[in-house]
Amino acid sequence: MFKTDRYIINIGPQHPSTHGGLHVEAVMDGEEVVDVMVHLGYVHRSVEKIAESRTYPQFIPYAARLDYMATNLPAWGYVGAVEKLTGVAVPERAQYIRVIMGELSRIASHMMFVGSLAIDLAATTGLLYCLRDRERIMDMFEMTSGQRLLSAYMRIGGVSHDLPEEFFPAIRSFLADVPRMLDEYNGLITGNEILQARCSGIGVLDPETAIAYGVTGPNLRASGIGYDLRRADLYGFYDRFDFEVAVAQKGDCLARLLVRLEEIQQSAKIIGQALEQMPEGEILGKVPKVLKPEKGREVYHRIESAKGELGYYLVSDGTEKPARLHVRAPSFINLMVLPVISRGGKLQDIIANIATLDPVLGESDR
Amino acid sequence: MADNDSEATSNQILNAMEGRVQAYPDPHFLGLRIEPADLPGLLLYLRDQAGMNYLANLTATDLKEEFELTYHLYAIPDNGLKMAVKTRVPRDGAQVPSVITLYPTADWQEREVFDLMGIRFIGHPNLVRVLLPDEYEGHPLRKDFKKEG
Repeated sequence: MFKTDRYIINIGPQHPSTHGGLHVEAVMDGEEVVDVMVHLGYVHRSVEKIAESRTYPQFIPYAARLDYMATNLPAWGYVGAVEKLTGVAVPERAQYIRVIMGELSRIASHMMFVGSLAIDLAATTGLLYCLRDRERIMDMFEMTSGQRLLSAYMRIGGVSHDLPEEFFPAIRSFLADVPRMLDEYNGLITGNEILQARCSGIGVLDPETAIAYGVTGPNLRASGIGYDLRRADLYGFYDRFDFEVAVAQKGDCLARLLVRLEEIQQSAKIIGQALEQMPEGEILGKVPKVLKPEKGREVYHRIESAKGELGYYLVSDGTEKPARLHVRAPSFINLMVLPVISRGGKLQDIIANIATLDPVLGESDR
Repeated sequence: MADNDSEATSNQILNAMEGRVQAYPDPHFLGLRIEPADLPGLLLYLRDQAGMNYLANLTATDLKEEFELTYHLYAIPDNGLKMAVKTRVPRDGAQVPSVITLYPTADWQEREVFDLMGIRFIGHPNLVRVLLPDEYEGHPLRKDFKKEG
């Protein structure tokens, strides 16, 4: 047996596979990973402190910039929390529009997941196909809100604009094409022998560890636990839609990919039903000009974002600005298992593990 | 969650903790208040006897004279219960027992509260800053933090 020295390899914060400023130190023994240290904070903007000097509506664009890959979901979570705190009611049509835009954001985020996993494993072409399809979602965001990536489209009590006429043919043709897109991803990416070898049996997360570390979202469901807040902690009319909670059993990188692919399909199914059910009517409820929630009231509101449980904890001191806002960011919590699932593997597996945990650093660093 | 279920659970917890827990009203959560020293005991009971195996959120609020820590607990799979556990610590030398051995997910969340609010978690094996640089001075989420620029 050779005696080997341990050494450290730094990955990031400027490494292309770290999805924004993520710095990982890998302690290596030869080719084997002994331990992993995660360093965060490169994208810290102190949004929780900023929130204390903004009125409740003023924070919406900040919320939309937390998970910039799925902009409508963090914004929806935030306005949902404020509505719970103040008792503002949301018209039915606005609820449906939120579901449609939220699920489109989820699809956009999962498409980026599939594409960035491919490019992280050196399959550049895979990314291009996903970006091409995601572009159609960006076009639809532009139609509705005038903004493509960071639309800040949610409002307290509803949404900012009604869906324009040209939106409907665009989304119908998009939904019709989703099965073809998934076929293409499966043929090009999922079925690729190299990707299978890099993902199958790699970074296995068992269900007990996942719950203990607070892992949620697709990453938890890839470990065999069908916990989805759209079912477990109902919000936004999700009880009116027929959809399956996507689950995979193996808990490895491949399972995390398969869950996302299935979720794209399920989100498309939800959007189709929402379009059918959506009534005519108002898109913004009656909202007081100045929002001053009762002093001492607080709320913890959580939604199923693209990355997992996104929670907002708001405390009111009776003024028009929150006394405290805390964001329970799924990317932050999910990253905690990176060392756990990477130990004993190879250096290259860390890249696959980061890609399939799907952190977005704007959200984890806040 | 049905109100009588929630009340029965609440009474069970209050009895088990022998007067060390007070219930407080909350429209969405079963609210429990406890002294910092008894916090790990309560969370151990909630995890093992009430099935609250998922610590979703751990955070702190600056109430000026003191800090309030809030722990939001759920069960996976969902059992219909949502709990919020609160404890208050004085501002000077603020510290509270770590719950990392009960809930590993508390690791970075406690580090974040330490980093931004300056509360020490006794028993945390690696209580260092998680978002701000190591050499940073001060804790920005405290209300008396001086903002510049």
